[in-house]
Amino acid sequence: MRVAAFATRNHKEIVRDPITLLFGIGLPILLLGLSSVMQKNMPFALYEMNNLTPGVIVFSFSFLTLFSGMLLGKDKSSSFLMRIFVSPLSAADYILGYMIPLLPIALLQIFICLATAMFLGLPFNKSILFMILVLLIISPLYISCGLLFGTLFTDKQVGGIFAIFVNVTTWLSGTWFELDMIGGTFQKIAQLLPFMHAVNAARAILHAEYANVFYSLIVVIGYTIIMTILAIFMFKQKMQGSTK
Amino acid sequence: MINIRDLTKLYKERVVVNQLNLQIHQGELFALLGQNGAGKTTTIKMLCGLLSPTEGDATIDGKSIVKNTQAVKQVINISPQETAVAPNLTVYENLLLFSQIYGYEKEKAQQQVYDKMALFGLTPHQHDKAKTLSGGYQRRLSVAMALMSNPKVLFLDEPTLGMDIRARNDVWNILKHLKGHVTIILTSHYLEEIEALADRVGIMHHGQICALGTIQQLISETGKHSLEEVFLEKTEEALL
Repeated sequence: MRVAAFATRNHKEIVRDPITLLFGIGLPILLLGLSSVMQKNMPFALYEMNNLTPGVIVFSFSFLTLFSGMLLGKDKSSSFLMRIFVSPLSAADYILGYMIPLLPIALLQIFICLATAMFLGLPFNKSILFMILVLLIISPLYISCGLLFGTLFTDKQVGGIFAIFVNVTTWLSGTWFELDMIGGTFQKIAQLLPFMHAVNAARAILHAEYANVFYSLIVVIGYTIIMTILAIFMFKQKMQGSTK
Repeated sequence: MINIRDLTKLYKERVVVNQLNLQIHQGELFALLGQNGAGKTTTIKMLCGLLSPTEGDATIDGKSIVKNTQAVKQVINISPQETAVAPNLTVYENLLLFSQIYGYEKEKAQQQVYDKMALFGLTPHQHDKAKTLSGGYQRRLSVAMALMSNPKVLFLDEPTLGMDIRARNDVWNILKHLKGHVTIILTSHYLEEIEALADRVGIMHHGQICALGTIQQLISETGKHSLEEVFLEKTEEALL
């Protein structure tokens, strides 16, 4: 009940800021459209819809990092968080309250991107339904990153960090180019981080390569758990130490 | 209601609150005065469970702030120094949120919202988003939100900061209405506010209470003519 009330508030705060929300949904659609045009003029199948769509949807999740980080950062800057800290909610309640309302937004991003991709030529099959499920499992990774940023930084700092985050995660995800093309240390770093695995899991399920899904998904889930625990731990530290 | 014993807070080597001892009675409106950096906000944060004391303890309604913080949180609430409202929520939604966070069922919560909106003159603005309200109305909402849990103890950190004369007078009337029912700990730099509202005053200086009593007691003890003169004498620093 308490968490639900707090989660409802957070959902309203996000959806009532439509410009940010539209940007988070509109940019991936634009990228799908542009890539589709580029593919028509390419001699090789780099940006084919069945290859590109999973990566672009995972890219759109980086806006979940922005939404969650900005909201938490703003609450911290405005003393709203102090008010929340005085209430009987626990640190885990707060983090859940910030995380839950972003899941429907992730689902909305998935549906809109998929509808656009199908309009641009992605054939519909049952693998798409499985991919929706896998993408929903991936989305909390990006939400938990935002919660950690929002806990540690102010809303203004989160804006700057997001610019770096979205670049790093996109470059290291293998969405726009094959990581084998660069190889070496760059590829090793990408393999150590969860972003490439997130895209790989979504691509593998769409291509019905089920055996390749699980390892990537385990890496993503492992990182999500670590990031969430870290966010709760840092949040607890903030609650017990200071409100800023 | 509040019993503070040897409450101390150190930031590294710097003593912010120093062996503070104080009792505040049920239903009392107690004003905590002091210059910036005197330790008022740190004391309030410790009493609210936002900061752990380095030493000492305090009980609120018989519950220890060190050993039983969660139980303390059920009986207290705070209106922070800065206006702290959810900007994209309406006045109604802001109030309902805090009633529900404290565990009230929806029907009871809604009734409380209507009562508080009437008390604070917020009913005509119930459908307005908090961010569209004037500064004075945002402060009213911020104070009203602190009352949604029906706290036994209410901490008000500069509640009328930035309000115009009428809005300030309205909040004073509300606080007078609450006196006797809710124990209120008020910090303010407006001494006329303290004179209008406080049952007792504690002046903090360098983390300790250096004067305590009713305004009349403090004036007669020091031989001064006003609370301002008492305050200036008790918090005087050597210039060189």
